[in-house]
Amino acid sequence: MKFLPLIWRNLMRKKLRTILTLLSVFVAFLLFGILCIIKEAFTAGVSMAGANRLMVRHKVSLIQLLPYSYVDRIRNVPGVSAVTHATWFGGVYKDPKNMVGTFPVDPDSYFDMFPELVISPEVMTAWKEKRNGAVVGKATMDRFAASDGWKVGSVIPFTTPIWGSPKGANQWEFEIVGTYDLKEKKGDNTGFFFRYDYFDEGREQLKGQVGWLSVRVQNPDDAPAIAAKIDEEFANSATETKAETEAAAMQGFVAQIGDIGAILTGVLSAVFFTILLVTGNTMSLAVRERTQEIGTLKALGFTHMKVLFMVLAESCFIAMLGGLLGLGTAWLITQGGSPVPQMLPIFILPDRDIIIGVCAILVLGVVAGAFPAIQAMRLRISDALRREG
Amino acid sequence: MNWFLQVFSIILFNLRSLPERKGSALSAAVGIAGVVAVLVGVLSIAEGFRKVMSSAGEPDAAIVLRAGADNEMNSGLTREDLRIVRDAPGVARAPHGETALASGELLVIVDRPKRTTGTDANVPLRGVEPAAFDVRRNLKIVEGRRLEPGRNEVIVGSGATTAFAGLDVGQSFKVGQNTWEIVGIFTADGGVAESEIWGDAAVIQAAYKRENNFQSVHVRLNSSESFQEFKDALTSNPQLKVKVSRLSDFYAEQSEMLSSFITGMGVFIAGLMALGALFGALNTMYGSISARTREIATLRALGFGASPVIFSVLGESLVLALVGGAIGAAIAYFAFNGMQTSTMNWQTFSQVTFAFAVTPALLLQAIIWASIIGLLGGIFPAIRAARLPIASALRET
Repeated sequence: MKFLPLIWRNLMRKKLRTILTLLSVFVAFLLFGILCIIKEAFTAGVSMAGANRLMVRHKVSLIQLLPYSYVDRIRNVPGVSAVTHATWFGGVYKDPKNMVGTFPVDPDSYFDMFPELVISPEVMTAWKEKRNGAVVGKATMDRFAASDGWKVGSVIPFTTPIWGSPKGANQWEFEIVGTYDLKEKKGDNTGFFFRYDYFDEGREQLKGQVGWLSVRVQNPDDAPAIAAKIDEEFANSATETKAETEAAAMQGFVAQIGDIGAILTGVLSAVFFTILLVTGNTMSLAVRERTQEIGTLKALGFTHMKVLFMVLAESCFIAMLGGLLGLGTAWLITQGGSPVPQMLPIFILPDRDIIIGVCAILVLGVVAGAFPAIQAMRLRISDALRREG
Repeated sequence: MNWFLQVFSIILFNLRSLPERKGSALSAAVGIAGVVAVLVGVLSIAEGFRKVMSSAGEPDAAIVLRAGADNEMNSGLTREDLRIVRDAPGVARAPHGETALASGELLVIVDRPKRTTGTDANVPLRGVEPAAFDVRRNLKIVEGRRLEPGRNEVIVGSGATTAFAGLDVGQSFKVGQNTWEIVGIFTADGGVAESEIWGDAAVIQAAYKRENNFQSVHVRLNSSESFQEFKDALTSNPQLKVKVSRLSDFYAEQSEMLSSFITGMGVFIAGLMALGALFGALNTMYGSISARTREIATLRALGFGASPVIFSVLGESLVLALVGGAIGAAIAYFAFNGMQTSTMNWQTFSQVTFAFAVTPALLLQAIIWASIIGLLGGIFPAIRAARLPIASALRET
């Protein structure tokens, strides 16, 4: 630790260079953080999936609907403890750009099925009393409270390209009865839920049909067997089903969007390689310039190891400072909420990625400093002192 | 003349001494190459997607949907609607006989496993009428034959056959109660139809219990100018509630959200990276100036002006940036151009297959980015070099 002032002086001798290097490391890790956020946004459904939940949908595709009667039939399958359903409503608020995740659901059973969504008993009571009531995710509520003055009691008009307008009206109208939030910060709180009975009464087509079912099983280990049993139950009927664990269903959905993971990994590698080179190069420049000084230090009795350590410490210091600032900034960005909630409702920097980031910072510091440090260590005193800079 | 000569000779002198500084010069060039490769790579995704969507429609093709629908998925038309559209003015007729070139179509989605991941994806299955082949002139059967009306036969777009498993000629697949036999592969000038499977409309209606139900009518018009007449006739007809669009506009609208999202993300990522590379370039150029402090002072003492020194440093930085940019663009071209992929079209929840497209415009954009980084990275060190006080600089070690 007593060499700290020496390391500090070395960093300060070319302030501009230190700052520039710092900034490029900063940018690299800011980018790393942002890419992790985007990747998480696309794949978060998978990590959120409940191990004891199945998703059941029409076998041909998610777009086709299931008869409502399946709710009861599946509830009777041994090993199933709860069933609920949801339907894609495709609600548009004012402008097609404001596509909101709107779903008609059964209030009690839906929020029981997803304990990660928190709703207060008062809101639930109010919802059950109000036929056209709706519960709004906190993020969506905040978003439109700021721009359009949404509050509890507001009546929100929606149009939907899928369901047309309800009988005798030009648009669907729901009255906000309250909000729901997430138990942990992880998850999607941009939804807009309203009552299925109100929806079923209003729609003019496909009455009595729902989008998909969520099924809770008593024992997660039995999930695959129960999924198979559900599919068997409806095999050879007019509406065959496909039941799978929630994780598998999400995975399938992510795979449909494309190979986001591979593309992001590619981008990250390119970024890293670039930054490594830049930082490494700056470090070796700094050492080369100081050849004479290092010679002097050695002549004064500094060991090879001490010189090696000092150069490494210098590069690790720059990497740490720049990298942590970059990661920190990325984290700060997530605190402000998603800038594009309709594309990326989930907007967090997962702890796992922060840990990976910190490890990467250390690796960057050591690798970038290694070459010049070894160069400095091997330097012979006589050569160094004779050289001119 | 003398000034140019000075600039030129210093640039040459600088470039000739580059090999001595190859470490730092290389790192600047690689930094810029990285930016350019990432930028071109990401933008080529958006470009490829847009290309597929925009090459879907010719100017004399139109599509009719239910009023209020913004894609085929949520549209619905009856057989009666179809009949009215067929008889509308402006619709082209087959050369022999009176058949109108209009095809009533319906779109359903079937699950097919992706070849790359083995996971299920939503592949569009389109029911078409025989006129569909005359409506889309760019459609070509490249393997097998056309489907015959009334049978459980399908033809598969060339994009779909490469992206999804089990869609080769001679194979068949089962969806619900029906088995579909694949009798042909078609191309459509790279358009979005290549992502689809086509079957006979009547057979698909029966299979999906949607008798007399269509989602769209695809129409060939007499000419591009007939569009207005055709549109006016349909939208003013009180028996109909429809929306009429040129096919090209319709697809352009569909692709807008996804391609602007990818473009926005690409520019943002590349912008941040460019900032990183800019710092790298600045570092390199400052380093190269400080290593040559004495040389530059000597030149100044010999009578070289300040501006030639500035331009020479700028020139060196620009050359490095352009070399880096060219390398990055080449990497992006060879790594990404033509790479096949598929993604979900959010408007219809169905898959669109497309290839990454590294276009000349993208390459030009890349070179421009590289030059900007080079110029910005060189300008401050250049000014600093020109301002060095000669006497003290000569004394420096």
